[in-house]
Amino acid sequence: MTDMNDNRLSSAKQLETLRKTILSKRDAEKPIITVCTGTACQAYGSLEIYRRFVEELERQGVEGSVLETKSTGCHGFCEQGPVVVIFPREICYVRVQLDDVPEIVSTTVAGGDVIERLVYRDPNTQEAIPKESDIPFYKRQMRLVFGNNRYIDPREIDDYIALGGYAALSKALLRMTPGEVLEEIKESNLRGRGGGGFPAGLKWETTRDASTGSKYVIVNCDEGDPGAYMDRAIMEGNPHAVLEGLVIGAYAIGSHDGFVYVRQEYPIAYENTMNAIDQARDYGLLGSDILGSGFDFEVVVHRGAGAFVSGESTALMSAIEGKVGEPRMKYIRTAVSGVKGMPTCLNNVETWANVPLIIERGAGWFKSIGTEGSKGTKIFSLVGKVNNTGLVEVPMGMTLRQLIYDIGGGIPQGKKFKAVQTGGPSGGVLPEQYLDTPIDFDELTGLGSMMGSGGMVVMDEDTCMVDTARYFVSFCCDESCGQCIPCREGLRTLRDILTDICEGKGKGGDIEAIEDIAEVMEDASLCALGGTAANPVLTTLKYFRDEYEAHIKENRCPAEACKALTSYYVDPAKCSACMICLRACPTEAIHGEKGIVHWIDQEKCIKCTTCYEVCPTRFSAVRRLSGEPLPPPPAPGTKVTREKKR
Amino acid sequence: MTITLQIDGKEVKAESGVTVLEAARQAGVHIPTLCEHDRLMPYGVCRICCVEVEKKGRKRIVVSCGYPVENGLVVTTRSPRIDRIRKVLIELVAPTAMADGLLAGEMKKIATEYGADIHRFESRFTGKPIRCILCGKCVRYCDEVVGKQAIGFVGRGVDRRAVFFPEQARACLTCEACFNLCPTGKIAADTDFVVFDGFSVDDYSSGEL
Ligand SMILES: Cc1cc2nc3c(=O)[nH]c(=O)nc-3n(C[C@H](O)[C@H](O)[C@H](O)COP(=O)(O)O)c2cc1C
Repeated sequence: MTDMNDNRLSSAKQLETLRKTILSKRDAEKPIITVCTGTACQAYGSLEIYRRFVEELERQGVEGSVLETKSTGCHGFCEQGPVVVIFPREICYVRVQLDDVPEIVSTTVAGGDVIERLVYRDPNTQEAIPKESDIPFYKRQMRLVFGNNRYIDPREIDDYIALGGYAALSKALLRMTPGEVLEEIKESNLRGRGGGGFPAGLKWETTRDASTGSKYVIVNCDEGDPGAYMDRAIMEGNPHAVLEGLVIGAYAIGSHDGFVYVRQEYPIAYENTMNAIDQARDYGLLGSDILGSGFDFEVVVHRGAGAFVSGESTALMSAIEGKVGEPRMKYIRTAVSGVKGMPTCLNNVETWANVPLIIERGAGWFKSIGTEGSKGTKIFSLVGKVNNTGLVEVPMGMTLRQLIYDIGGGIPQGKKFKAVQTGGPSGGVLPEQYLDTPIDFDELTGLGSMMGSGGMVVMDEDTCMVDTARYFVSFCCDESCGQCIPCREGLRTLRDILTDICEGKGKGGDIEAIEDIAEVMEDASLCALGGTAANPVLTTLKYFRDEYEAHIKENRCPAEACKALTSYYVDPAKCSACMICLRACPTEAIHGEKGIVHWIDQEKCIKCTTCYEVCPTRFSAVRRLSGEPLPPPPAPGTKVTREKKR
Repeated sequence: MTITLQIDGKEVKAESGVTVLEAARQAGVHIPTLCEHDRLMPYGVCRICCVEVEKKGRKRIVVSCGYPVENGLVVTTRSPRIDRIRKVLIELVAPTAMADGLLAGEMKKIATEYGADIHRFESRFTGKPIRCILCGKCVRYCDEVVGKQAIGFVGRGVDRRAVFFPEQARACLTCEACFNLCPTGKIAADTDFVVFDGFSVDDYSSGEL
């Protein structure tokens, strides 16, 4: 044992003593100021805000009244960032600016009063909600995995230990046999959060029971799905939870070497993971003879090149071996033959982060949450045409409607919901009639979509479904490795057909060709990227076939979104000649003057939608037309006929 | 160890460890392939050699060049589903692979046998015909058999290409090992020079095959 040092914990008791010591130094009455410094809030300058708090407390001479100023990981409500929460009263300030800091310190920290201006307001009711957990976005969530982010400085292992961190590891290593740990996870029916939903316990068992010798465990933090970032938020905001889960899994499987595969584009996640590993090793929670149990485990962080396909298991393992991160045939599962041909258990960040909770609270507790086939919670990144965007963690079984309306606050600007895309490029699009579907691995798959990694994109009536399919297919055209014919050539051909349809160049037989290609991609692709890449096309075709047909047969885009099929037109009967659209048009395509009806020169129009958006709703004079002939422009100098409303 | 499996209704014996493709060949059953070569590691990218396997009542499509034989495995090498996959794969790759509107060699044979309409997606094709299906036979032969890396892949997705690395070209002049491996006939011999699609090594500058 070379890494002996004073801080090493070598029994359950020492860990518990450490926790009590940390807590005893903390006065529960004193305020803690937490500033979210997850990637999104940092982009809004939250690091400077954090520093300003430290300075300002000193300047105003009140640092003694504050227990701590903490920079935490992501809270999830990214759209409202930078977010500052002051505990213990949990006063939540949103969209905080640097100049707000002195006032927060004097009024709230020193004075104990709430600053109304900085409090979140419900966009529907305008009600001010000062307490974070009362905000509807948070209220309906169940934040088991993600919730601790807001209490923890991810660079401080003591914060994690104070909340009971590593107690599950202590329980597993010192009071349970590896077999008992495995049984607990199997019993919990924890399913993989990285896409496929494969039962984690079964995979662990396969790896454990595969040949003797070295075995590996890996954390998959590649997260290439566009728009999904829950893995980043966990890895950045609570890296110890993932490490603790990984060590527990390694113990159950009989592995002594692990990897954390973090994509290149996640520098904060990488740094925080490296730091967490150092701190855990310092406490003897990694390395040799962990907590005096005799169990040894080391972990290495591998930075990936950030390709979507590198998140696929065989590709990821090739990358770890130092080869090109491309998938290979896997008729022998990686759980049996993975890294360097050795049994390798790969799980997603969120999957690992669930493990300590299950070990600590028991499989029975975990199974009490969720549906028959899907237990526990799932984190989604809720984005698109929805009022509250961000990361949300909900119990399995919540319906899509509850998620989108109760947590997401519904569709902005009173528009109509059209569809929700789940599962990213491998997933599908579900229409309104399935809004009451409970969120569950098998329910979503049954409808042609999938849970995937948890991307959830809400679309309103202005979104074209053919264009949506084209978007995802184009993404995969660039992100496929390009090795196998069905994926490479299938995606290229699908993209070219879909682009033609969006541009009004669709032909009879296109839909049949799409179906033919999609089926062959599904049946014959080398890896699941190609095997599922047609899902966005197949589901839009299944639920919105009429939109495809309108494009092909009538040159009409029902959502009036496809540029080539949509024209913008000022209705002379409604135009008040207010000059707003005329001034806003970036190409000076709109003619007219005050009192004289405006008209759009179609030759110059680039269909940027600006005129449509700026035309005051009380006039609604700018219209979009698709699939119908454009009325001729008004005679030059036509005067406004619209009656002014009083 | 010898095991028994069924291929197209025939009982077949095979050594465990061999692939379904090898077992089928030994049993005289022909399965078409484009990227497979007996001196190279199974690669499994053309997907033409796909077959249906049934195990414990579960049917699935696998590529025979990579799938290991198992006792009791039931293999079907031709069915409407398999035939359709082969047909559509050729149709999809044809616009990239054709030279002067024609397919050559093994590709042409498979296209004829499976009734592929090689012009089906031609009008949609926005890429560049590169007379290459990226089967990687040349790349892998150079690497695995010759022990050089004069040819390799660059790019990904629909932009993936096999390229020839000019700095290694001298070795090619005397090697010629990858000749006649190419299923589209792109790489061929021309007296003393290695010729890639009409360009000789000496005047080839961009490196793209
Ligand atoms: C193209 C492709 C990309 C993937 N990307 C990821 C990823 O970024 N993160 C992840 O955890 N799993 C990803 N997966 C799934 C992994 O292959 C694997 O199933 C997963 O990491 C296993 O962990 P789990 O069982 O805990 O979900 C991807 C799969 C495919 C086919």
